[in-house]
Amino acid sequence: MHVGTGASIAFWIMAVVAVVSASGVILLKDIFRAALLLVVSFLSIAGIFVTLNADFIAAVQVLIYAGAISILLIFAILLTRDVQEGNPSNRLKIPGMFMGAVLLTALIVVFVNTEWRLSTEAPLDSTTAALADLLFSNKFVLAFEIASVLLLAAMIGAVVLARGEDE
Amino acid sequence: MPLRDLYLLSPEISIVGVAFIIIMLDLWIERKGLLPILTIVLLGLPLGFTISLWGTEEQAFDGVLVVDTFSIFFKVLLIGVVTAVVIASQETAARFRRFQGEYYGLLLMATAGLMLMAATRELITIYLSLELSTLSAIALVAFFKDTRSTESGLKYLVLSGVSSAIMLYGMAMVLGVTGTSSLVEIAKAAPVSSLADNPALLLGVVFIVAGFGFKIASFPFQMWVPDVYQGAPTPVTAYLSVASKAAGFAVLLRVFYLAFGDFSSDWSMLFGVLAVISMSLGNFAAIFQTDIKRLLAYSTIAHAGYILIGLAAVASRVPGGEAFGPQGVLFYLTAYAFTNLGAFFVVIAIANKIGSETIDDFAGMSKRSPLLAGLLALCLVSLIGVPPAVGFWAKLYLFNAAVQADMVWLAIAGAINTAISAFYYLRVIKVMYLSPAPTEERVRLTPPIGLAVAMTTTGVLFFGIAPWFLLDFAIRATSGFPG
Repeated sequence: MHVGTGASIAFWIMAVVAVVSASGVILLKDIFRAALLLVVSFLSIAGIFVTLNADFIAAVQVLIYAGAISILLIFAILLTRDVQEGNPSNRLKIPGMFMGAVLLTALIVVFVNTEWRLSTEAPLDSTTAALADLLFSNKFVLAFEIASVLLLAAMIGAVVLARGEDE
Repeated sequence: MPLRDLYLLSPEISIVGVAFIIIMLDLWIERKGLLPILTIVLLGLPLGFTISLWGTEEQAFDGVLVVDTFSIFFKVLLIGVVTAVVIASQETAARFRRFQGEYYGLLLMATAGLMLMAATRELITIYLSLELSTLSAIALVAFFKDTRSTESGLKYLVLSGVSSAIMLYGMAMVLGVTGTSSLVEIAKAAPVSSLADNPALLLGVVFIVAGFGFKIASFPFQMWVPDVYQGAPTPVTAYLSVASKAAGFAVLLRVFYLAFGDFSSDWSMLFGVLAVISMSLGNFAAIFQTDIKRLLAYSTIAHAGYILIGLAAVASRVPGGEAFGPQGVLFYLTAYAFTNLGAFFVVIAIANKIGSETIDDFAGMSKRSPLLAGLLALCLVSLIGVPPAVGFWAKLYLFNAAVQADMVWLAIAGAINTAISAFYYLRVIKVMYLSPAPTEERVRLTPPIGLAVAMTTTGVLFFGIAPWFLLDFAIRATSGFPG
């Protein structure tokens, strides 16, 4: 499918914003600002999903990542002591950057040299209904059910760990 | 969703159901000692369903869930492991003032996740099953809530998160190249005949190995093992070292034989290299350990390396010998389950009494408790791979598979590593038998843990003397493989 020029421009703007804000998250010393930049990064990724006609995923990205998870993060920062010390680097900074550079190079080489499978189908008007059909289809309903048990296990685990030994 | 599908899923449904029942009963039952007994009795339900399915070769949920002898072999193994761990947990769990029901419930939910890993053929479902088992295990690792246990839990959480992210990235790449997440369809849709021709597919496969490598504790995802094993409650450590490894290998075998079977010559070498690095790294680091749990942690990395030999040995010079690798893996995992659980259970029994897990504090254990010292020695001898313990046959089958696959270097690397491992296992035996005991106080074996020790060590000896019973099951479990 040919991508329109408008979508292309939108993609590049959001891609640059996403990468720059994500770098800020790592490099900034003030973790409160880093958390806010993370929200920017999440939002621009939601924008990229829109350019891919994935409207439902984009909405979920905004609701869950830019909304819920960011608020949780900011709450956690507010409740943390010694927050002024921020986000100090340690002696693994150089090896970490080196590994990151190696991974980035490998990924770029791989993505450029691969023949990707391109979809020839026209994009759906609304993906929500299609996703729901798929999620409750015989094929993915097992994954759906496992996810519900997974959430329950996570909840029980969180309660066990968060609740102190009282009495 | 036809009823038949639900029946095929009944082992997993019933084990999650048992988990719910135990957590609910915890609210009403005053005598918490009843909970493990109820758990063990109710575990008969999933076990019964699983055994009743033995012999069926069917698929459910559009081929996502597969019920074959291979998956049932692992389900029986996992239910057996969790039963033994529940029996061995009683003294440890009795120390918790609250949440005993949740402890057993989470153990069962982790088992449900592992059982599903061995039985599913679709990447998203596999991922969710893996996360179900990992998240439950994280809570279990941190269950003591003291500094060490919390640190272990946090490390486990962060590192498993990283490895899951890498694995998901790999799955996304495989999806991007093949357009499907079903293992059977991936095999059909793979556009090339060699992984090297499609870089994204290659990188995707490597990343997927990274995720499963975390579960089986192989290099390069082994760094969490010593810290987590040391800090976690010992029954949980025993559970992780055996169950999580078994299911990890089940899913590795399934994914690689089914989805990437055409590229076996490519990944065979990858697993061969990982095997050598894992066993060397585990064995060398184990030499310097003073804590028995850390020693067993490094030993578990080494054993992941030995088992990986079975994955590397795909080809064969003799007709029908292609199955030696998977058969060896299944045999080794079962033998390792008996042996390692036995070793951990004896350590629990001793540590509960003497209050220490340092190897030097086991000095003179042969005087203080001849039985426990003898059984620990038996398990350690089995871990080295000396007859008449079952560990000997396990190593023999795997090394044979490597030789048949024209990978003699792997068998040699395994043999050298076995010799190195003998050094640190024998050191523990030496301390128990030759060092003088600090006190004359006897270390007694109490009934619940004694039963668990008896179950596992009997297995070590029985299958050591009569390995063909177990081998027969391993052969039948891999007969329809890859299904």
